[in-house]
Amino acid sequence: MPIHDQSYRHYTGERALHRRGWWVIARNGMLARLRERRFLGLLLFAWSPFALHAVQLYIGATIVRAAFFGASEETFHTFLAQQRLFVFFITIYVGAGLIASDRQSNALQLYLSKPITRNAYIVGKLLTLAVFLAAVTWVPAMLLLVLQILFSGSLDFVLDHPRLVPAITLAAALQVTLAAVTMVALSSLSSSRRFAAMLYAGVVIFAGLLATVLEAVTHNGAWVLISPQNTLLFINTAIFNGPPDNLALLGSAGAALILLLVASAVILERRVRAVDVVA
Amino acid sequence: MNEPAVVLDGVSVHYGRHQALRDITATLPTGAIGLLGPNGAGKSTLIKTLLGLVAPSSGRMRVLGYDVRESPLDVRARVGYMPESDAHIPGMTAVAFVAYCGELAGLPPASAMQRAHEVLFYVGLGEARYRNVETYSTGMKQRIKLAQALVHDPDLLFLDEPTNGMDPKGRDEMLALVRDIATAKAITLIFSSHLLPDVEFACDHVLVLHRGALAAQGPIATLKGTSARVFELRVKGATPSFIDALRGAGVDCDGEPVELMRVYMPENHRAQVLFQIASQHGVQIRHLRASVPSLEDVFARALGEPLEVAADRQV
Repeated sequence: MPIHDQSYRHYTGERALHRRGWWVIARNGMLARLRERRFLGLLLFAWSPFALHAVQLYIGATIVRAAFFGASEETFHTFLAQQRLFVFFITIYVGAGLIASDRQSNALQLYLSKPITRNAYIVGKLLTLAVFLAAVTWVPAMLLLVLQILFSGSLDFVLDHPRLVPAITLAAALQVTLAAVTMVALSSLSSSRRFAAMLYAGVVIFAGLLATVLEAVTHNGAWVLISPQNTLLFINTAIFNGPPDNLALLGSAGAALILLLVASAVILERRVRAVDVVA
Repeated sequence: MNEPAVVLDGVSVHYGRHQALRDITATLPTGAIGLLGPNGAGKSTLIKTLLGLVAPSSGRMRVLGYDVRESPLDVRARVGYMPESDAHIPGMTAVAFVAYCGELAGLPPASAMQRAHEVLFYVGLGEARYRNVETYSTGMKQRIKLAQALVHDPDLLFLDEPTNGMDPKGRDEMLALVRDIATAKAITLIFSSHLLPDVEFACDHVLVLHRGALAAQGPIATLKGTSARVFELRVKGATPSFIDALRGAGVDCDGEPVELMRVYMPENHRAQVLFQIASQHGVQIRHLRASVPSLEDVFARALGEPLEVAADRQV
């Protein structure tokens, strides 16, 4: 007789309420990425601008009290704008396969045969990507602010710029939400993570280039609206620097982003199903 | 008396214009239930509807006492589903995959991992549990699908074509597992298959679907019609009036008279009745042999087709 019976036994332990499926999915997705050395390298590299800005703030606060080294709202705006490159790479690295890989391996019917709703599945996948994106945008930006307080030895900077914390949070939230929702929706369109990655890269790069060229040729700022990234940049500038002269364009930019998020939600609603109905 | 595992009340399902299930009303008891039907009969659709993955266009369903429309998550927390197609979560070892499925079903992480090890040993993958699922053979993938369906110890198990693609030895082992789950482990299971011998081996009850409609249901022993005596009959000079006369005398029959016909004699009739009716209609009986009814007969009768055609449909 074996010391421990390894055959099937009925389970008598605890069962969780089925309301934390989204967290199980998100945690598993995050741990899976964190086990990859390449991804850890990418995350570390994404923090290199933070290190440079930290040095800049240190010098500005302790050695050379020059405007160039000093902290301002623009420092944080610039930092978040610089992080767009890493947001792009991390979005593709983590997000392209989030749903595409599940579609390729028929995993959707496994997920949805468990006590998990489609919304919980989507939230779990979104959170997987959003946490990493927040880790290279909002988290280092807030840490920079903490460092500024520590280096200067007072809260004066934060008290002088009361809009800064909400501005960083709002700008980072927009950046993270837009990238995560768009990527996850595009990932649900295909069963190939490469195709999903190419779709996202195409949308970001092609639309960005086109908007920049058309804006330069026609001298019409409205072309910014055809590129989600340029639109986001435009809105983030308004968040940090105050409303632009062209308020109508700001309203249109906000509407364009909302439209993109709604379109992504519609795609996810139609594509995340356990049964594909083709009739 | 035990509460029925599944109650279907006038369930219809449409995929666009195509009607996949037509007004199914049935009560499935606990135990091992075979879901039979040719390809496209609606077996997988019925399972997905019971899981709440497909919304019926009409009708109501109860699974383990829960209304599927109102409490789909409660249903899914208590059932396990082994899909027909190859399905796994990419990039995972078998034990991580099964433990993850356990967590998704509501088990705490430590319990899910312990259960994953136990269940993988039970389905015969104990030695291969640290291998990536993507490197598994077809037979191993079938076993891992069974393991993920069992990990949270469901009360009801849906098995959709569990022996597909398995070699004869693997198929026998899978059927033995299925039989053990239903009998020794007392888990109710619904076994969908178009392979009659598999269902006959593993199940006590069957539900036969044909073109989305319910063709027959009940205990296999009852459906086989053990109270009637069955004969194989081949005749020459058959006329429709001969068949009508047989049926008029209470003798049910299927198949083609010129080929091989199966006749079902009521208990109070003797085989001589056949000769009497044949004589009255100028028909020669060329072959008459007592036959043991099989699930194949049930299937053929339910589908209203000659035996040969029904048998061809299985393959």
